[in-house]
Formats: sequence, structure tokens, C-alpha cells
Amino acid sequence: MYDTVIIGSGIAGMTSAIYLLRANKKVLILEKKSYGGQIIDSLEVENYPGFSNISGFDLATSIYNQVKSLGGEFKYEEVISITEDKKVITRKNQYKSKSIILATGVVPRKLNLDLEDKLIGKGISYCATCDGGFYKNQEVAVVGGGNTALEDALYLSNLCKRVYLIHRRDQFRGEDSISKLLTERENIEIIYHSTICKINGKDTLSSIDILNNQNKKREIPVKGLFIAIGRVPNNHYCSNLIQLDQDGYILSEDCETNVEGIFVAGDTRVKKVRQLVTASSDGAIAASKVLEYLNKREY
Amino acid sequence: MEIIELSEDNFKERISSDKKILIDFYAVWCGPCKMMASVLDSIKEEIKDCEIYKVNVDECPNLAREYGVMSIPNLILFQNGKVVKNEMGFKTAEELKEFVEV
Repeated sequence: MYDTVIIGSGIAGMTSAIYLLRANKKVLILEKKSYGGQIIDSLEVENYPGFSNISGFDLATSIYNQVKSLGGEFKYEEVISITEDKKVITRKNQYKSKSIILATGVVPRKLNLDLEDKLIGKGISYCATCDGGFYKNQEVAVVGGGNTALEDALYLSNLCKRVYLIHRRDQFRGEDSISKLLTERENIEIIYHSTICKINGKDTLSSIDILNNQNKKREIPVKGLFIAIGRVPNNHYCSNLIQLDQDGYILSEDCETNVEGIFVAGDTRVKKVRQLVTASSDGAIAASKVLEYLNKREY
Repeated sequence: MEIIELSEDNFKERISSDKKILIDFYAVWCGPCKMMASVLDSIKEEIKDCEIYKVNVDECPNLAREYGVMSIPNLILFQNGKVVKNEMGFKTAEELKEFVEV
């Protein structure tokens, strides 16, 4: 029996673990992929206090090592459901716990077009800084209108022959300073009022069809398509038990969910600011709520 | 023993073996690749019937192109010079052991 099972080993989950392990609790951290969460794809982090500049991987690894040295137990298993009596069910095992922290973060939003899944890593990418290097001197497209899309387009314009930036509105949600830089780049073509309606290719991506607000279609040959249209939570595994908002984020009051003894931390809950430090902050709050709960129940 | 890095010069010769050869395509700037490398390191003693090598995609762009590597980490399993399996993205130790079983 664990005192707490933490689902997800991003910054929120690992911070919770640090607080609980320091309080001598028995903690299991379950992770579907690799520790660190979204930040491991960031080449440079410059807004985490204490580090002027650190790679996401190095930051995540030093937090991971901290959790390990405190006695944290990691298991790489995907959780498929949780129960009201705090049982956590994975594809392989079941774990009994006195409390649970949900820290599953968010995943990139998909366009939901045919061939999108099939061509991931074969032209379709959700991370320009990860995969951009494979498209040197080629023609690529970025879809989206937020900061990520704008930064991706700028980054890719340094490597690629031509970058098409496709946005469904007539202005960007991202920062003005970045969109100004974009318009100064000769190899970036901004296409407003347009959406991608079809992905074409056999073994690799060959082109995309876009549709503008005049219902006019245009085919653009590209080797790479970088999708940056936001992120979405992935809370299907707990939706039978836990209250979510209409977008699937977990509703909470101070990191408490609607079920006693089940808490939430990080990007996967309804909140305004999603940053590394707010993920850490949630981790600490959720951990202190767990300790309060365990004390109250006299476990 | 550390996992040996191959170059464009000795790659073809190594993969032509009738043994199973696992190639880890990586780059130094790729976080998930570093995690993948440490998992490979932890299981290499357990998968004796398979030789493991790594290829730096920045130093071997022609190999990356030839094998369609457009996202890393990217694992390709070869036997007799032919691609047996190819998967991208981080893998856990257990997934890796399954991957090299043919």
C-alpha cells in the first residue's frame, strides 16, 4: 500500500514527490513515457529561477535525480483507470494507495486529418526544435497562431528554404514583437484566413491542401508540416470519476478534485497560467493537501 | 562497455551482419535521445543476441536521409543489411526488449 501514487512525472508530479518523500511518505510515480514531461523538448529554459539558461532535459534530469535520491520509486506504465477507493490500474498492474495525485499534463492538439498519425515523423511533427534539423533547405509549413507557432516559424526560417505560416484568423494571438520579426523574414510566407483541409503523401508527406475563407483551395508542396495549434489534456482514464471542464481539464479548488483524497497538479487542471514554476507550485500545494488528508484519516 | 558510434564509412559493413543490429539514431541536442541512450545502456547486457550501435544524425546526414530518419530518437533494427523494424520516440526498457525480439 502506497501513501500516494502520482500519475505523471513532469515538473508538477516530481515536485509533489519531493515534498511527500521529505515527509517520509511511501510514493510511487507512474509514467507512460519518459520523466520530465513537456519541458524535455525545450532546448533552452530561461524563466526558471536559479538558472539563467538551462536545457529542459538537464533541468528535468536534475529534478529526477533529486526524487530518486530521496527514495522515489518510478514505474513506466500507462494508467488506464482509477477508482474511488484509490486503486490505480495500469495496463499491467494494480496499485493500492491511500491517495492519488493526477499530474498527467497535456499533449499537442491534433488537426484530426487523415494520414496525420501515419506520417508522424515522416513529415508531420509537433516539435520544431526537435525535428526541424531534418528539413534543412526544404519547404515546410507551420500551422497555428499562438506564440509556439510564431517561434516555430522563426526557428525554421533559419534552417529551411521556405516556411509557410498558416493561420485561420487575420491576426496572431502570439506576441507582437515576434510577429513583427516574422514579417521581416523573406523566406516566410504568411497565409491568413486559411485552414489545412487535407494532408497528402504516401510514405512521407508531399503536400497539404489549404482552404481559405473564400472557399478557395490551394495545394502547397511541403516536406514538413509543424502543427502548433495548442495542447489538450488527456484525462479519459479518470473522466468517470473526476469532474472535468468542457475541454477536458480537471476542475479543482486549490488542487483538490471532487473526490476526497484525489488531488491534481500542473497543466492538466483548469487554470490561467501554465508555466514550469506554476507546475512546481501546484506540486507543492497538492502534496501538502495529501499530507493534510492522510493526517485527518489517521493513516 | 559503452555503445559504439558508427560513421558513414563503417555503417554498411556493420549492418550487413547476420546478427541483429540495433541502431540508435540520435543528436546531442535531443533530450529524449539522452534518455533513450541511458535505457539502452541499462538493457544492453540483457539482449545478448543483438548488437547495439549509435549514429549521430548531424554527423551522418546521408544515413539519416537514406533511412528516412526525420524524427529522433529513432531506432532501426537491421539483419543482413535489411531493415527489420523501425520505430521512433522514446521507449521504456520493456518496450525496447520487445522491439528487438523478432
